[in-house]
Amino acid sequence: MAKAAVDAGAAGHGAEPRGKRTPQGEATYLVAIAEGLWEEMERDPSVYCLGEDIGVYGGAFKVTEGFIERFGSERIMDTPICEETIMGMSVGSAMAGMRPVAEVQYADFIANGFDELINVAGKYHYRTGVPLPMVVRGPSGGGVRASNFHSQNPEPWFAHSPGFKVMCPAFPSDAKGLLKSAIRDDNPCIFFEHKWIYRRIKEAVPDDPDFLVPIGKAKVRREGTDCTIISYGAMVHLALEAAEDLAADGISAEVVDLRTVTPLDAETVMTSVAKTSRALIVYESHRFLGIGAEVAAQIAEDAFEHLDAPVMRLAPPNVPVPFSPPLEDAFLPQVPDIAAAARSLVGW
Amino acid sequence: MTTSITMPQLGETVLEGTIIRWLKQVGDTVAADEPLFEISTDKVDTEIPSPAAGTLSAILVPEGETVSVGTELATIDDGARGAGDTASDAGATSDAGTTAAVTTTPPGADGSKPPTTDGTGTTRSAGTAPRRVPVSTPARGGPRSSILSPIVRKMAAEHGVNLGKVTGSGAGGRITKGDIEAYLASEPPAATAPKLRVVSPADGAREEIVPVSHIRKRIAEHMHESVQTSARAWSMVDVDLENVALLREREKQAFRDREGAALTYMPFVARAVCEALLEYPQVNAELRGDDLVLHRYVNLGIAVAYAEGLIVPVIADADSMNLVGLARAIGDIASRARAKQLSPDEVHGATFTITNPGPFGSIMSVPIINQPNTAILSLDAVEKRPVVVDDAIAIRHRVYLSMSWDHRVIDGALASRFLARVKASLETWDFAEDLGR
Repeated sequence: MAKAAVDAGAAGHGAEPRGKRTPQGEATYLVAIAEGLWEEMERDPSVYCLGEDIGVYGGAFKVTEGFIERFGSERIMDTPICEETIMGMSVGSAMAGMRPVAEVQYADFIANGFDELINVAGKYHYRTGVPLPMVVRGPSGGGVRASNFHSQNPEPWFAHSPGFKVMCPAFPSDAKGLLKSAIRDDNPCIFFEHKWIYRRIKEAVPDDPDFLVPIGKAKVRREGTDCTIISYGAMVHLALEAAEDLAADGISAEVVDLRTVTPLDAETVMTSVAKTSRALIVYESHRFLGIGAEVAAQIAEDAFEHLDAPVMRLAPPNVPVPFSPPLEDAFLPQVPDIAAAARSLVGW
Repeated sequence: MTTSITMPQLGETVLEGTIIRWLKQVGDTVAADEPLFEISTDKVDTEIPSPAAGTLSAILVPEGETVSVGTELATIDDGARGAGDTASDAGATSDAGTTAAVTTTPPGADGSKPPTTDGTGTTRSAGTAPRRVPVSTPARGGPRSSILSPIVRKMAAEHGVNLGKVTGSGAGGRITKGDIEAYLASEPPAATAPKLRVVSPADGAREEIVPVSHIRKRIAEHMHESVQTSARAWSMVDVDLENVALLREREKQAFRDREGAALTYMPFVARAVCEALLEYPQVNAELRGDDLVLHRYVNLGIAVAYAEGLIVPVIADADSMNLVGLARAIGDIASRARAKQLSPDEVHGATFTITNPGPFGSIMSVPIINQPNTAILSLDAVEKRPVVVDDAIAIRHRVYLSMSWDHRVIDGALASRFLARVKASLETWDFAEDLGR
């Protein structure tokens, strides 16, 4: 059993993901996701994974590396290159009592399975009264020079359509805890793993096999008094860096990490805005009708009396993610952009 | 008893409103909070409910008329005999009227138009949304001092802050949440002596107190007034002065020998501008009340910097001068301006102004319009710049000619056509003829 390999500090094929932690015991975001998946598969035999190259190859990003040796090819199922089939199989097996965790190789490709998700998965519980426990995982986001087929942020598509819970964690512990919550949830959950974070961010991650992060709860990552920067995913890390820069100028920025975009934790957002009276939403989905557009609207509706300045947004324009590195850098909000937006908000 | 209905203030910046429609006629019965009339302001159109029940006894402002906030619009009589009735009946009783409330007048006064109120709030407003909390008006502190954010309104209402006493530290003098917090923190507890503001003496070692000169004050007034008056917009053209530069290079020694002065770029630009102004008289115009005065002549103002500040002497009938005439006139007024030898008449009557910050190194400027002109043109530094000429990169003498113009009078299309005309003239005219060559 894998325990022996862990005890020996081994990594790689057949090894439990915890063996891939750093010598200091920290897990990267990618390893934390693998840990969560592994623990849930060990806990519940109805949990199984399916996707392209997730078995023998271990996944395009190696999240499921070593899984097929431990769980076998029936629970780590390599599929044809056909997302509609992956989603259809997930829906069908969830109807039959399984708890599928489907992987789309890049979040962008989820569009190929759109009909099965939007029209079937999202509405099944409403139409039949029967829950549909399934999770779709996919690496989302830009900043890795992967161009417009491999860099998108599809979270608004599913946040907009009823029937889904959509998670976009920014930190390894949240990724692990939210994925475990998603697998245990009886509803279709869309779990976007930001590929820019995969191997960049690491931290100490809880070992408790029942460690869960509640779905729909945001987290104040940094306390501040002058303005609130609301974000999720990779942008949280940029916002925290910008907050550090702003602190050097005497501006105290609070950073709220949404963690889950649907259901949105409006309470944490409004509490923060009521404190600072100024809100900047930084998001990586396109500006028009992106996640931040909804957050801005809710603040305008529910926290209007607390505002001392207009709600501001910083997000990429509604154009495809550029391939050219300078253009991609211009497309995505950068740390100086966030700091400048916060300064203009505080100076309004 | 009679209730006076006045034009309500629907926002801090709304100063007047237009009666669109009376929803009740004289003699109609009105219930409290029943819609009474519709008004239109520069911000909103809205229905105004009646503040009192009774009979609409008089309409003082007809439909379609625009009146300032606080103006009495109508009266409502509740039919009861108020204290004021005694005054009306008794007539000569000297102390009878003192019990009447400020919002009521005796019914006997209905026939004559009552004096309009001054909008200071002593007259009861017809009211707007029932949940609106009255907030005091901020002092005029800056262009954005009248913007009150939701949190500022809320805090001011909760703490009864007189916004006229709060200094806005935000952009444009806006009162921020922080300003209210600071004000509340600085407010002495009730019943203690008001805190005196301590003014620290100037630090003689590092600060110097200089009285503002008369000319500086006048410049400040004029510039501020212009910005307040005009709807300033800005356009710029990039002009190739290569031909002018070549001619100037060739002729400058002969010109200096003959005229005793340098041949600058100014007269060339002035010449082209005068010609274009006759072609586009709207740019050479003055907005005077409801009329636009189109000048068929050019009195060219030239902004001249001197030790104490800036003055704009005027070259009368500049359109009748050729290049040499303009060069002489510009040299003359500039030197006399710097020597303070201008007569008062020589600094009035400009129809258009040129400013010339080029010698100081500026390459583009956004000047303030010299009132009552419609536009001001800035001649900045002439520089050699790489430009594309016939698909090759060439080094040419170039200059940015920028113009601030009043959008009340002209539009971008005209401003651009005017500038294009000046540009074309400077790039294509043979000025050698003007120099007698």
